[in-house]
Amino acid sequence: MKRVRLVFSGSGGQGVITAAIILAEAAVIIEGLNATQSQSYGAAARGGATRTDIIISEEEINFPGVTSPNILVCLTQEAYNQYAAVIRPGGLLLTDSRSVTTAKKTDAKHIGLPLYDTVMERIGKPIVYNITMLGALIGITDIVRPESVLAILKERIPPDFLAMNQRAFDLGLVLGAQYQCRL
Amino acid sequence: MSEKLMFVQGNEACVQGALYAGVDFFAGYPITPSTEIAELLAAKLPEKGGKFIQMEDEIASMCAIIGASLTGHKVMTATSGPGFSLKQEAIGYACMAEIPCVIVDVQRGGPSTGNPTHVSQGDINQARWGTHGDHGIIALTASNHQDVFRITVDAFNLAETYRTPVVLLFDEVIGHMRERLVVPEPGALPIVDRLRTSVPKDVDYHPYLPREDGRLPMSDFGGHHRYNVTGLFHDMWGFPSNNPSVVQELLRHLVDKIDTNVDVITRYKEHYLDDAEYILVSYGSSARSAIHLAKNRRQKGERLGVLELQSIWPFPAELVRARCADAKAVVVVEMNMGQVLTQVKAAVDHPNRVFLANRIDGKLITPSDIKGLLRVIQGKGV
Repeated sequence: MKRVRLVFSGSGGQGVITAAIILAEAAVIIEGLNATQSQSYGAAARGGATRTDIIISEEEINFPGVTSPNILVCLTQEAYNQYAAVIRPGGLLLTDSRSVTTAKKTDAKHIGLPLYDTVMERIGKPIVYNITMLGALIGITDIVRPESVLAILKERIPPDFLAMNQRAFDLGLVLGAQYQCRL
Repeated sequence: MSEKLMFVQGNEACVQGALYAGVDFFAGYPITPSTEIAELLAAKLPEKGGKFIQMEDEIASMCAIIGASLTGHKVMTATSGPGFSLKQEAIGYACMAEIPCVIVDVQRGGPSTGNPTHVSQGDINQARWGTHGDHGIIALTASNHQDVFRITVDAFNLAETYRTPVVLLFDEVIGHMRERLVVPEPGALPIVDRLRTSVPKDVDYHPYLPREDGRLPMSDFGGHHRYNVTGLFHDMWGFPSNNPSVVQELLRHLVDKIDTNVDVITRYKEHYLDDAEYILVSYGSSARSAIHLAKNRRQKGERLGVLELQSIWPFPAELVRARCADAKAVVVVEMNMGQVLTQVKAAVDHPNRVFLANRIDGKLITPSDIKGLLRVIQGKGV
């Protein structure tokens, strides 16, 4: 991996920005890579479409925006409709199969997973939805090692909630592991 | 203690730099996109025995840091365009009374309340001339978090050295974006503490009587010495004076103490500048796009380089003139209507070879934006 550009999109409150920060932190703090994470501010932070751009690279990163992501994650139909067209040819599109119906074909590997339904069924708390999404992404790709994300979760999550987050991450890993997509 | 690796927003890089430099007093009024600076210092300053005050407004925040600085503290406030406008009168007071302080302006779109959550670099001239009357001022900037940290340390050092307000001109992209920061070990970067008077208690202290080297030692206000501080022109006692020679000498001093030290204050970086035919002059987040483009075009054999300015005021005119002397064209990349462009045109030998690549819609200028404009300038079409 030389450079991966990711966009996580969904709606305000789903935790896509937190998931992006955790991923980028794992890359920088644990794996010694470079990463930038930026996000749209404004009304999107309180409902409406939310988007965060992440670049992970072995090299220095200058321009921090992602115009054409290798990996696009869409947790809502609105986010999918807005961003699906910009995905890099040959890239990966990860969606929640419960909330996103893919309309047109993109030149990308599309994986739709029942992320939300699995979280609600197995854990029952939507607050860890984003961590399951991150787990699925790490299960599918090899952007960072699962242990690196777990190490960051341990740092960031209050002790009482850590076990639930670890479970949510494992759920995602298992869901994602059936699809392998090395970028 | 060893160095510390972090993954943080630019606003936190600034906070880490301020703490490293020894800030122990912050007063502010939260405003996007600078709020995280206040938020973090509210948590961190009390931990190290410092003071954080959320004031009733922007003006009071500026006045509070001026007062705290006089009593011997290292002080900072943080704001964005609308707040920076409100602070201008008090910034002039700090210039006149020669009170060290650091003002962070994380720029957003203006004028007025403008475009709060989006990027701009429209406060360049305001940093220079926002307050009335002739005066010197220092304004610094940076394009990545490691440099934000270092330039914040520099800002405190320069404020204390020259007894002047120093403005840190960051922008929304730098402030909010997260990236790697390595906080160096204590002692790795030099820290300047202010020159304090050696005049003992009960002996007359002249607050504005320069030493032989021209510097003015300070006495912590409220401590051993009683003295007057005013925004009026003043004599060596600090008392108001309209004596023409006092007025003339003080104004000369306020301008000269900064302008004659432009070489010492100037901070910049060169990227691919050797043998460059085309030079991009940029700063802050727009410099990231300029560097990105230069790196890509170099791989294709194009001789494109970037002069990244990290000090804007006093403007490093001689540096810009010398570096751009052999360029076929100079393109100033910024997110305003050409505020640094004007300075570059005035500095270079061939102002007709200087062009503007800008973006003013609240979006970060992209490498392809610059490339498109560069193509037109080169006569190659889009």
